[in-house]
Amino acid sequence: MSTTAFLTDSTLCIGCKACEVACKEWNQLGEDGLEWSGNSYDNTMAVGHSTWRHVKFVENPPEIGRGGNAAEQLPAWGFSSDVCKHCEVAGCLEACPTGAIVRMEFGAVFIQPDICNGCSYCVVSCPFGVVEKNEDDGRAFKCTFCSDRQRAGLQPACAKACPTESIKFGQLEDLRREADERLKVLDARGVTDAVIYDPKQSSVKGIHSLFLLRGDPRTYNLPPNPEVPTTYLKKAWQSAAVAAGAMLGVTLLAFLGGKR
Amino acid sequence: MPGLGTSYGRGGATTAQQDLQYSDAILIMGSSMAENHPVGFQWVMEAREKGAKVIHVDPRYSRTSAMADYWLPLRPGSDIIFLGALIKYVIDHEKYFREYVVHYTNASTLLRDDFRDTEDLGGIFSGWNQEEKQYDPKTWLYEGSPSKASGGVFAGHSKHGGGHGKDRGGEAGDLGEHKNDPSLENPRCVFQVLKKHFARYTPELVESSCGIPKEKFLEVAEVYSSASGPEKTGAICYAVGWTQHSKGPQIIRAAAILQLLLGNTGRPGGGVMALRGHATIQGSTDVPTLYDILPGYLPMPFFEDDSNTLDTYLKKHTSAAGWWNNFDKYAVSLLKAWYGDAATAENEFGFHFLPRVTGDHSEYGYWLDMADGKLEGLFVMGQNPAVGAANGRLERSALANLKWLVVRDFVETETAAFWKDSPEVQRGELDPKKIATEIFFIPAAGHAEKEGSFTNTQRLLQFHEKAIDPPEDCRSETWFMYHLGRRLKAKAAKEQTSRNAALNALTWDYETHGRHAEPKVEEIIGEINGYRVNDRTLVSGYKELKSDGSTACGCWIYSGVMPAPAENKARKREPKGRYGHGWGYAWPSDRRILYNRASARPDGKPWSERKALVWWDADEKKWTGHDQADFTEDKAPDYRPEKGARGDDAIAGDKPFIMHPDGVGWIWVSSGLKDGPLPTHYEPLESIVANPLYPEHGTNPAADKKERPDNAYAFPSGDERFPYLLSTYRLTEHHTGGGMSRYLPHLAELQPELFAEISPQLADEIGVRTGEFLTVTTMRGILEARALITERNQPLVIDGKIRHTICLPYQFGYKGLVTGDVPNDLLSLSEEPNVRIMETKALVCNAHPGRVPKSAQALKIWRRDLRRTA
Repeated sequence: MSTTAFLTDSTLCIGCKACEVACKEWNQLGEDGLEWSGNSYDNTMAVGHSTWRHVKFVENPPEIGRGGNAAEQLPAWGFSSDVCKHCEVAGCLEACPTGAIVRMEFGAVFIQPDICNGCSYCVVSCPFGVVEKNEDDGRAFKCTFCSDRQRAGLQPACAKACPTESIKFGQLEDLRREADERLKVLDARGVTDAVIYDPKQSSVKGIHSLFLLRGDPRTYNLPPNPEVPTTYLKKAWQSAAVAAGAMLGVTLLAFLGGKR
Repeated sequence: MPGLGTSYGRGGATTAQQDLQYSDAILIMGSSMAENHPVGFQWVMEAREKGAKVIHVDPRYSRTSAMADYWLPLRPGSDIIFLGALIKYVIDHEKYFREYVVHYTNASTLLRDDFRDTEDLGGIFSGWNQEEKQYDPKTWLYEGSPSKASGGVFAGHSKHGGGHGKDRGGEAGDLGEHKNDPSLENPRCVFQVLKKHFARYTPELVESSCGIPKEKFLEVAEVYSSASGPEKTGAICYAVGWTQHSKGPQIIRAAAILQLLLGNTGRPGGGVMALRGHATIQGSTDVPTLYDILPGYLPMPFFEDDSNTLDTYLKKHTSAAGWWNNFDKYAVSLLKAWYGDAATAENEFGFHFLPRVTGDHSEYGYWLDMADGKLEGLFVMGQNPAVGAANGRLERSALANLKWLVVRDFVETETAAFWKDSPEVQRGELDPKKIATEIFFIPAAGHAEKEGSFTNTQRLLQFHEKAIDPPEDCRSETWFMYHLGRRLKAKAAKEQTSRNAALNALTWDYETHGRHAEPKVEEIIGEINGYRVNDRTLVSGYKELKSDGSTACGCWIYSGVMPAPAENKARKREPKGRYGHGWGYAWPSDRRILYNRASARPDGKPWSERKALVWWDADEKKWTGHDQADFTEDKAPDYRPEKGARGDDAIAGDKPFIMHPDGVGWIWVSSGLKDGPLPTHYEPLESIVANPLYPEHGTNPAADKKERPDNAYAFPSGDERFPYLLSTYRLTEHHTGGGMSRYLPHLAELQPELFAEISPQLADEIGVRTGEFLTVTTMRGILEARALITERNQPLVIDGKIRHTICLPYQFGYKGLVTGDVPNDLLSLSEEPNVRIMETKALVCNAHPGRVPKSAQALKIWRRDLRRTA
């Protein structure tokens, strides 16, 4: 089986939220609250157990005469559709004690709902804050990469519904190439602030949901250096051991000093 | 759509959304296309990615602005100043496509010497009758065109009719006869009159009155007007942001004039894309649900001398030259389709069965009748006027005057529940115990639960199958109308009175199928397509229709959609070529780009390789290309009509606008628009400023305000009680009045509450913070909305003063999963003269912090606002 991926190109995203709705329709997810947020047009706020695609709206002061496609500065209204990254080394999968989280043949990280016991280790282990526990149901949920659709030879619902091909679906390596080329096109047009988000250098070792966006990826909840806790924590334990040793030494010294 | 209908000959978008990808510049104005037509917007994105410049002119920086290269905010209601200044720019800088203008428009046509412009008469054209509040269009005719008055009023200028009946325009004179000056220099030629008319629409005026800095305007004017000439084209997209004004059709006329000057009509990547408000709005004017037209844009007969017999009616509307010479064939075939054997030459083919227009029977006309207790019953289908129409308070209160009300919908809409849940009930204005209206709520099938067709925004008929049976008692519209008609006919058959004659004569014999006895939709499509009466064989298109009663056709412009019983072209899903021919069926005759003869030079060769669309094949002696030619297939470019030729034979081989008697696009509309032959800037019926150009005639003189105590207005300009502009719009997340979205959790959660978009400066002035409630009042109503404070809504400097606009999505109501006050309660029920549409985009209001109590207290707060300084 081949390795598939998303490339979410936010320079083509019109913020219509069709991906959110198509995802919920296909995966039969419920609404996650009918509260108005006051945060631009974003009322679902984040990816969670019942929102697997989420369009973030980022506002900057507009300037008369300049639309969002003008090259010189960031658009006054930026949109980007967030989703599970399906990491090469997935924090959730590493942390899952029951074996509920598995890697699918095309690279997806998948939570098997019939095995998940709701321990929530995956929730705290996701460097992107994607996995969430459904408190009513007790189990953790996230994007399945439309594994059912992919197995039937269909593309994921979000990519299918996107009217502007902002969400592309295909082979990971093809999309990496496509993203590079798109970046060159944008650069030639004068859009020099576009970046590809694909953290291969961090401990997640790459993702299956690439992003192309303008400006700082942190604006769209994409951490510059996502770390897998099980890897990252090795260092933390080491540091803790050193710190504990040092504290012990200091304590001993204090007692020694007391005798004086 | 008289704006496009009079300018070009047909009331429909001249182009297809797919064609936008070939544009070099796209001007989107009066529309937030990315938000309301997100699927079609992919073609704008496609064009943008190929290098086209996308310009969005809108008071609010919307999702469309976020995709555009240029965003210009303008004061709501100042559109004609902006477009007029663009026209002036094009003329002054000689940006117009001269060869196109001379050959394909009426720019060179001479006008009568007794015509007087708004510039001469301070804001009105010659022919104005102040008592009757209407124009006599005689002085607007071409020099040398005989006037066609035939006893009654000029066609298209009846007092009560809307504009749909005269989507063609020009009926007041015999325009085949006229004089021209191809040098465009004669001061009485259309071009010179146009130049003079817009002489004061300067970039300075754009700055002071639209609020757009002069240099920004000039930059955009240069970008857009450069998309012209043999190698380039530009397109204009608009939606209800242009139509819903007291001068909507004239805004669209201004766009049409601009496109004619730039040579951007009938060419790939050009045209005016009329983006329709919802699924089959184009269809609902083609096979109309309107009071003043019959299917195929045939005027409904009025109660007047020259419509009393079929002969006079046909004479009135048949033109000597151009396609409307065939009017009699279409009218008689329609009567044959409706009245079958009962339509004979002896009884004028049943012409007298047709009702007559006797007054303003438009939606607002009859709603006021309802308010005055003159209407007994009402069917509401596919509509939710309690939230979707203007002046909700008046509309809902009027419903209580009915004896009976039938609402067919798939949810209990606000209209169905007005008697128990409306604000009027909460505020003590209506008492459910005292409302005598008997209400029938009839469950309807959803679109996946029935078959039928939609005619989309680009005139494309697309058939859809039924996916699943409707649940329980839900039924399709077709089922309901068919069986209602069947029962009414059965009742009428028992009483052969003259009152029942039309019902008894009506053909109503569709075959039914299935356990619910659904009528066969394709049989109806066959009737719409047209057939020969003797053997009921289907015709292949409207050219086969006859005026002798031997053919029947339900809507001539759709003729050809089903040329054989098994060949429903609306159902076809095999797209081929650039325009996807083979997917659905575009009227007329599957032409995707209208007037496409104009994509070739007068000699029949493409203007350029890059912009080739349809051209003359000299070897085959026919028109060929990427689209079906919107032209007689074998008419050579050098064809010249003989003297006395009639109909299409009177149109020369280099005249692309075949519906018009002179075969050209109309910069000048010599009759058919009730508010003038050229667009003129009038202020909205309520404005924060006085008209900078015509202080004496500040608002559209022909508009009908329907002013009365329950439909009151602020002072026309500068009413201090209402210092802010108000504009309404729609969100991607909801569908029109919300009846199809606020009840669905996946959509309701995306925009769960009514909010008002206001600038940080206005928020400071009012004293609200994001999430707090503000109260908005107008002369018609009061509501509360959450404050959504955003710099995307910027204050504008108008006449040196900072002016704020409050933007409200009008999609909330008191039923559904998510609810909110009804923004349409703030609107006045006004009528633009041509289409009788209300003004929703430019009003005045007041705002202050706080909520509106759900009790009679609300009315006290409202009245306090009205009294404030008045």
